[in-house]
Amino acid sequence: MTILLTLAARDLRQSWQSAGLWLPVAFLLLVASLYPFAVGPDAALLRRSGGGMLWIAALLASLLPVDRLVAPDRDAGVLDQLALRGIGEETVVLARLIAHWLGFGPALMVATLPAAALLKLDGTTIGLLEAGLLIGTPALAALGLLVATLTAGLRSSGALSGLLALPLAVPLLIFGAGTLGDGSGAALKFLGATSLLLVAITPFAGGAAIRAGRE
Amino acid sequence: MSPAGLHLSGVACARGGRLLFRDVDLRLEPGGSALLKGPNGIGKSSLMRICAGLLAATAGTVERQGRVALTDERLALDTEQPLGTALRFWARLDATAPEALDAALAAMALEPLSQVPVRLLSTGQRKRAALARVIASGAPIWLLDEPGNGLDEAALDLLGKAVTRHLADGGIVVAASHQPLPLASPAMVKMQDHVWAMEEEA
Repeated sequence: MTILLTLAARDLRQSWQSAGLWLPVAFLLLVASLYPFAVGPDAALLRRSGGGMLWIAALLASLLPVDRLVAPDRDAGVLDQLALRGIGEETVVLARLIAHWLGFGPALMVATLPAAALLKLDGTTIGLLEAGLLIGTPALAALGLLVATLTAGLRSSGALSGLLALPLAVPLLIFGAGTLGDGSGAALKFLGATSLLLVAITPFAGGAAIRAGRE
Repeated sequence: MSPAGLHLSGVACARGGRLLFRDVDLRLEPGGSALLKGPNGIGKSSLMRICAGLLAATAGTVERQGRVALTDERLALDTEQPLGTALRFWARLDATAPEALDAALAAMALEPLSQVPVRLLSTGQRKRAALARVIASGAPIWLLDEPGNGLDEAALDLLGKAVTRHLADGGIVVAASHQPLPLASPAMVKMQDHVWAMEEEA
């Protein structure tokens, strides 16, 4: 447990120093401010499509720091030194998942507020959006991290990360954006299930990917 | 703590479909040391990684008693942090006492640099930092891959002293080095003797 906290604290500090924290936030705000220019200032249209737009922006924002999540530590030998100390790759990935979510999840949720104002979303939609993001951002973090472990040893991993992540992200997007127009709460539950699944498999799949990538 | 030991028997390693070496045997008891010899690319680093358990041997068995500390060409320290802080992260994972870390810094003459960010350190200073981590780890088995690279005379002397002290304390040292290390009668592993015959002809 101490090891997990030590690792997570270090990972959080690393992402803070490598600007991994504000980049997704800046991206989300940028997209939200450009969107009205592209589709026009029609408030009704913005209100209807803005929520889903923000989900896409959040998904893409979560993919931005992917190339900095695992590859630098792999190249610097940090992952090997951790393995030498008998710390399982699963623990390493779990710590990183915690740090990665803490780094971008809450920040993204805060950034959604001004972004929602730019898109003229109403209070109910903002509430649903924030609830969805609270459930969905751990899954986005897990997905980004999973892809990062898989592509850590590859050159030009950025483009490949997108290709790998997008199919897995489709359920998140469907249920996440689905919560906005759904009064029954079923989409929220499905989103929760998808999120749990991704968060649960990431430490194991990511750990296996790191082990397999060791040469 | 049970006495340290490192036993290799019939170890072979294939990388990328090519057999690098085979039939490497090594038996090290407390206070024992080994020197890996051979030209570049013959698989010294691979053998190190096999000893460390980071790489699976293609054939043969590796038995380790005791923890392992490895230093190779990769620094594995957070470059933006002061040296002392960066080393403290590893000391915390190793459950090293702060005094032991200070002693390790002193052993490599790094105290004046402990406030300097790692990215500003020179090659030799980085190497000394990696060696300080090995010393501070308290692990009985040291795997030193080219520990003398980039070190000046004074630092080589410090390295020699640290190795001697470690062996006297019942530790084990496996080194691949082109610089002389003060290892008393090390087991020599001549990698040329273990290459696949067809490779020799080529």
